This record gives sequence, C-alpha cells and structure tokens, in this order.
Amino acid sequence: MRASSTDLPATIEISLSVNGRRHRLSVRPWDTLLDVLRDTLDLTGTKKGCDQGQCGACTVLVDGARINSCLALAVMKDGAEVTTVEGLAKDGELHPIQRAFITHDAFQCGYCTPGQICSAVALIAEGHAGTREEIREMMSGNLCRCGAYANIIDAIEQVMGEQAKGGARGASRPDERTAR
Amino acid sequence: MPQTQHVGAERDRVDGPAKVTGHARYAAEFPVDGLLYGVIVTSSIARGRITAIDLDAALAVPGVVQIFTHRRRPESDWYKHDFSDDVAPPGQPFRALYDDVVHFSGQPIALVVAEEFGIARHAATLVKATYQAATPETDLQTVAHYTPPKARNGIAPPPARRGKAGDAPLRVEGEFRTPFEYQNPMELFAATAVWDGDDKLTVYDKTQGVQNGQNQLAKIFGLKPDHVRVVSHYVGGAFGAGLRPQYSLFLSAMAARALERPVRVVLTRDQMWSIGGRPATIQHVRLGAGPDGKLQSIEHDAVGSTSRYEDQQENIVNWSGLLYPAATTSLGYKLGKLDLVTPNDMRAPGAASGVFALECAMDELASEAGIDPVELRLRNYADRDPAEDKPFTSKELRAAYRLGAEKFGWGERNPAPRSMRDGHELVGWGMATGVWEALYVPHTARATLTADGKATIACAASDIGTGTYTILTQIAADALGLPMEDVTVCLGDSKLPTAPVEGGSWTAASAGTAVHIACSELIGKLLEQARRLNDSPLGAAGRDDVVLAAGRLQLRGDPAKFVTLGDALRAGGLDHIDAEGSAKPDQSVAEKFTANTHSAVFAEVKVDAELGVVRVTRLVIAVAAGKILNPKTARSQLLGGAVFGLGMALHEESMLDHRFGRFMNRNLGEYHIPAHADIHAIDIVFVPEQEDHLNPLGVKGVGEIGVVGTAAAIANAVHHATGVRVRELPITIDKLLPGL
Ligand code: FES
Ligand code: FES
Repeated sequence: MRASSTDLPATIEISLSVNGRRHRLSVRPWDTLLDVLRDTLDLTGTKKGCDQGQCGACTVLVDGARINSCLALAVMKDGAEVTTVEGLAKDGELHPIQRAFITHDAFQCGYCTPGQICSAVALIAEGHAGTREEIREMMSGNLCRCGAYANIIDAIEQVMGEQAKGGARGASRPDERTAR
Repeated sequence: MPQTQHVGAERDRVDGPAKVTGHARYAAEFPVDGLLYGVIVTSSIARGRITAIDLDAALAVPGVVQIFTHRRRPESDWYKHDFSDDVAPPGQPFRALYDDVVHFSGQPIALVVAEEFGIARHAATLVKATYQAATPETDLQTVAHYTPPKARNGIAPPPARRGKAGDAPLRVEGEFRTPFEYQNPMELFAATAVWDGDDKLTVYDKTQGVQNGQNQLAKIFGLKPDHVRVVSHYVGGAFGAGLRPQYSLFLSAMAARALERPVRVVLTRDQMWSIGGRPATIQHVRLGAGPDGKLQSIEHDAVGSTSRYEDQQENIVNWSGLLYPAATTSLGYKLGKLDLVTPNDMRAPGAASGVFALECAMDELASEAGIDPVELRLRNYADRDPAEDKPFTSKELRAAYRLGAEKFGWGERNPAPRSMRDGHELVGWGMATGVWEALYVPHTARATLTADGKATIACAASDIGTGTYTILTQIAADALGLPMEDVTVCLGDSKLPTAPVEGGSWTAASAGTAVHIACSELIGKLLEQARRLNDSPLGAAGRDDVVLAAGRLQLRGDPAKFVTLGDALRAGGLDHIDAEGSAKPDQSVAEKFTANTHSAVFAEVKVDAELGVVRVTRLVIAVAAGKILNPKTARSQLLGGAVFGLGMALHEESMLDHRFGRFMNRNLGEYHIPAHADIHAIDIVFVPEQEDHLNPLGVKGVGEIGVVGTAAAIANAVHHATGVRVRELPITIDKLLPGL
C-alpha cells in the first residue's frame, strides 16, 4: 500500500567517502547520489543533463567503476568510495586525461566534460577498449551536444597510448559492474 | 594588427582548467544560503483552458513552501508588461502563469517551491489540473499558410520575384521536409534568483544574453536596470535556445520575490521541449537549367511552423537567390500557426533547413544533367550577390570546392549510384555548398591594465562553448604585448559593458573588434601619461608610433625609446588605466557589399545493403570564413557544427501525436542526437580568405557554418550509395528500405 503522500519518508544515515573524504550524511531514500553530490556536498562538477540515465553527464566512479549517479540512490551507496571529477587532480596536478582534454580541445561548453572524463578514466582502467572503434562504442553513454567527439577520442587514445608505453596500468582494475 | 603572436595561432582554451576539474559553475550551481527549490508542473493538454488545479495533496506535503499558479501568484502589475525581449519576434510573448489559457502541451501551469528538491519534485506529482480541452492543430501540412504581416527584426522577407518561368530544357522539382528539432544543450535550463530587499535582484541564469534577461526583468518588475544583475559565466551549450529569456528566469525571480528567499528553478529534460526549437518546414524547390547545367530558374517556397501567439521567422529561402545566379528567381516564405510553443533560432536557423532543400535539388540537377556536382556548382558560381547585385566582401568558395574535393579525393568518384561497395555496405559520396551570414554588430568592451602588468578585459558577452574567453584573451594579449596568462577575460555578467545576445556567429568579429579597440584606446591613454614625464622619450610620439611590449610603451621603430608602464602610471598618479572600445559597423559597408561565410561539404556514407543502416564514415568541410583567430577552437566549433548537421541528417526528429498536440519523444533516449559511435572521420579545412571590408580583424565567425550543407551532403551521399532520394529528414531506415 502506498504511504500517505503527506508523510515525508524519514531520513537515513549513510556514510560516503567522496574524493578521499568521509562524509556522514542523512539523506532521504529518494535522494539520488547525483543530487547529494551537487546539492548537499556542493560538488557541482558532476552534472545533471537528463536525470534519467540517458546522457552520462552525471558519470562518477563508485568503487572504481563508472556509473550514472542520477540512477543511483544515495542510500544504495552507503559505505562506497566515490570519485568525482573534482577528485581526479592530485596535489594540483591534473590527471593525464584532464590534461589531454585540454590539449586536444576535447570540449566546448564543458558541461558533458566531467562525465566524459570520469567515463574515460574508467574506460582505460577497464582495459577492454583497444581500437578507436572500441573507444567510441564504450564511450557512447556520454553524449556531447557540442560535438567534441573526435577530439575526445583523440584525447583518450593519447592517454591510453602513453599508459601502454609507460607500462603503467590503470590505478585499479575495477570488478565487473555489479549493483551493490 | 601590429603584433600577432597569439591571434591566428592554436591556443588551448583558457577556461580549460576550470572545465576539466569541475570548478566552472553553471546556472544551477551557485551556492546560496536559504535556497528553495522550484519544480515546474506542465499542462497535459495542448489547447484549451485550465478549469481547476487541485493543490490540496501537494500543499500538505511537509517542506512545501508555496505553490504558484495563475490563480495563486502575487497580485501585481508585473504581467501588464509585455514580456518582450531584444530578440522577440512579432506577437505577444508567452507569460508563464498569466492566465488559464493553455497555448501548448508542456506549458508551465504551476511552480512548486519546497525546502528540498526531492520534496518539490514529489509534491509536483501530486498537483492535479483539470481542463476544458479544445482540439489542437499541430499539423503544418493542414493548417492555413500565411505571409507574416510584420517582418521580424533582422530577418529580410524574400526579395520580389525576378523574371518569368520559362521552359528550361532540364527541370528538377521536389518537396522537401524538415522536422521539429530541439537544441537540447546538455545543461538544463536553470535560474537561481536572489533578491536584496525588494528592489535589487541577482539571477544566475542559463542564457546567451545576460543583458537581454536583465532588461526583461527590469521591465517586468519595474526595477532600475542597474538594480538587476544577470550572471552567466559558463553556459552548458545553448545553440539558440538561450537567446530569449526563458520562463525559468521569470519564475525564479517571481517566486523569490514573493517568498523573500532565493529560489532555484531547473527544467527537466522533458521540459526542454517547451522552450523553442527549430521550426518544421515544408519546402518546394524547382530548378530549371540549360543542357550545360547553367541555371535558368530557381524557385523555392517554404512554409515554416510558428505558434499561435508569435510569428517566429527565419531566412529559409533567401539563400537560394544568393548562392547561384538565374534569370528567374522566385522565392516564397509563409508561416503556419500551430498549437505549440514558439520556435526559436536553432544553430544556423533557416539556412540549415533551406540550404538542405536547395543543395539536394542541385544534386538532382547534377544527376539529370550528367554533370559532376562540384562542376555544376562551379558553372553556376556567383561572383557577385545575384539578389542584390553587389560584390561580396570576400568569397573564397571556389577555393573551398577545390581544397575540399582534394582532401576528400572527390576526383575518384564514379558518378553512377550504387557503383561502390565495401562488403555488405553500399558506399556513397555526396557534396553540398554551405553558406551563412558574416555578421558584425555593435559591441563594447573595457580593457583595464594595472601597474603589475596584468590586464582585465570585460564585456557582457557569453561564451556558450564557442571559445570567446580564449579569443578575447589572445586579442588582448597581442594588443597589450602581454603573455596570455596575464590577461583575464570577464564575461557573462550584465553589469559589464554592453553586448548583444551571443548568436548568429557574430561574437568573434564584434566582441573581438571591441576588445581590440579598447586595448588601442588604452595604449593611447597610457601614452598621454607617458608624455607628461620630464624629458619623456615619447614626448613627440603619436598613438600610432608606439606599441606596448613587456610592460614598456616603446617607439615602434626604436624600442630603446620607451617608458615603463609603472612610470607612465606614476606620472599620472594612477594605479591602473582603463579604456572602453566600441565596435561600430560601418553602414556603408552593408550598403556596398554582401558578407557571407561559405563552405564546401563532402560526405562519405556506408549503407547496409540489406538493413538500410547508414553510417557517415567521412566528412570533409572546407570553410572560407575570413581570418581564423584560433584554429584550435574554430576547428572545434566546426566539428561541432558537422556533428549537429549529421544529427539533422540521420537522427533528429521530435515526433508529434497530432491527436494530443504533444511531442512523444521528449527525452534523449528517444530523441536521438549523435553519440560517440556515430562519429567517424571529420576533417576541417580552413580556406585562406582575406577579408578587408567587414571589420578591422577580418573575422567572419564559424559558429553556424559547419551545420549548413552538411545534411544535404549526407543526403546526396545516401542517394549516390543507394539510388534512393530521401527528401524528408531525418534519413531513417524506414525511408530507405523500400528502395534498396
Ligand atoms: S544526468 Fe544522469 S545520465 Fe543524464
Ligand atoms: S562540451 Fe558541450 S556538451 Fe560536450
């Protein structure tokens, strides 16, 4: 039976580690991870482009895997490690993907960019994409209305190439994506 | 320009670091104390009246602060103002929550304001409206078509017919259709309004014109314009959707005023279909030519959609009288009123639709005449504007055809349709011409230089992703002899020097010139100070004799004669110096010349021979657009235009259910735009073009030109691959399969 619409669902305590900082938060069960990041934690780098899993602007890394944070309720991620675009640069040093995005002019308005970047970081770590065709296919969940696609692929390819040469692996190879 | 270390060179975007780290804040991202969240409820009918809105359940939700409707809103004079704006077409602009009349499906009918976004969103689902519905008319084919009684500012009606229809030996004729498309920038429209007392207002808005919004709000709320500030530092794409103030701006300000607390209103993706979009068109093109392919007659008639309450107009057909000369030229443009929201300008408005039809017809003529499509265009090349019989300020379209064709390998093309194959795919090559206006409009900017050698450039223009921050930095750095790091550009704030809305590809030329002039004025003022020094080495120098370089004002031919910036400022007892510059188009240029950008677009498609799936495997766009300020960011704009054109060709269509007057696919899962996997090789070729008349920088702008002609080139390539002419966009499998 449906609860009376005039009752607000009670808040629930969760703990989230975001970009290495642990937060104790009290959230409502309907709050998405995206809204908690943006509205509660003021981490507005993660973007809302559709709020329904169709654009990828809200992509973040949860325990190393990329997800659409608009499709995740915050309560489902209790205890998770979240990395947002704000957490990729270390000690003022841009992440190689961030640098490559600038070099290749892989964005225009910049609104899809945090999602593209988080997605690209995960894509490289997943280690499944080899060719440009494969990168395209596996980045297709991230729409860019400015049409920066060609430059985004150039940026990702460059970083993949450098990492392959340097023998460096992705920071961590995430497990297969599973619902927590 | 004397020094051009940066202008014309590839430079990284200066806003790059802010954008890749997530620190660039967009309209919905400014933290404000005591913020309330507004969620819009929209109409479920397209035409009629609201008879009642039941708010009981929604108001009972704890945390709901207020719900505004046309019957529950502040009683005030606000609605007596006409809600018009700088770029409004003729008509009565839509006023959100004005009365019970429903003009279109998805019209805002209530604003639920709550302490939390989740609460507002939940309560909005509990608002129940009842209506007296009338039958909507949304079929452009069946409504009456009329010539708009009042022309829209800046949109020339078609010129009068020239010549009479003859019996040309070769004739092609076709009906072309383009669907409703929506800009769908990735950022949702949003506004956060903060009042300071009841006479000062700040709104963080998503817009292409902060001063357009400022003026509208000042008028509606009866405020002094300088008491209204609209801020939009970063815009997550707009493509024309942000030229006119959207209802999110007014609703946030109205609610914030009534509740005496800041209010943020963010549209849903679904609601992005209720703020404009590209009008649908039905077009007829008839071409008549001699056996040599020389055009004798061009007839192009178009009907475009508008709303019942405004006559939105665009230039769809005039391009057909501009691109090719013909003794007979007959162009017509009409509107059809539909029960939909007023369309607005979507990237390359008018040209994207009209040039599609013309350039497909030209391809049909090439087939008919047995002449290569590029050759056909060269035979019909317009060295002067045929419509107005004026020279062009510059036009390197011939070189664009040549360079584009070379890059593409067009010379290898076998003209026969279905003559090329790659495994299970049919391969086709097609081309088309693109054209857009080279606009240069009044614009101002301020340059400030401080004693530490740092410069600030300010104007109220927007950077919607176009690269404005970057090119203005380059121009100022060159003019002031500074490294780019020492120049800060401030945009997107209505309190900065006056700028028009950011659209029409005019910002680079206009804002760029204003900055160039401001910097030059600044140097002039600095020289005045420097000459006040005793025994000033520049005592006899005039403005044109000096340049500023590395913090020294020095003689152009004799750098050993200089005054340092610090000394010059000290001479006047100043800690900084500033100057304003204005770009003022010279009317006589417009009278004497026609100014356009041009392109030649070449496309390769591969079409699955059995399934009809189309892939655009290569695009080459050769663009002649005057001086390119920054090939890196300009290339990106053109790549983006190409992707936009590809979406137009193959994907984009808002589908109406005429029974309900409602778009059915109001989301990015069902309204398809190109994704990564759809985009293959795209080459941009910059065609050298010397532009001496239009503006001091010789710049024409590249925001729209990448879109124009791209859909036609792809459609022509699809015909070459398959032998099937699809004259109705988008080119989807269902339209191809019967002919395969
Ligand atoms: S906002 Fe999450 S996928 Fe669009
Ligand atoms: S950069 Fe604007 S949407 Fe991708």
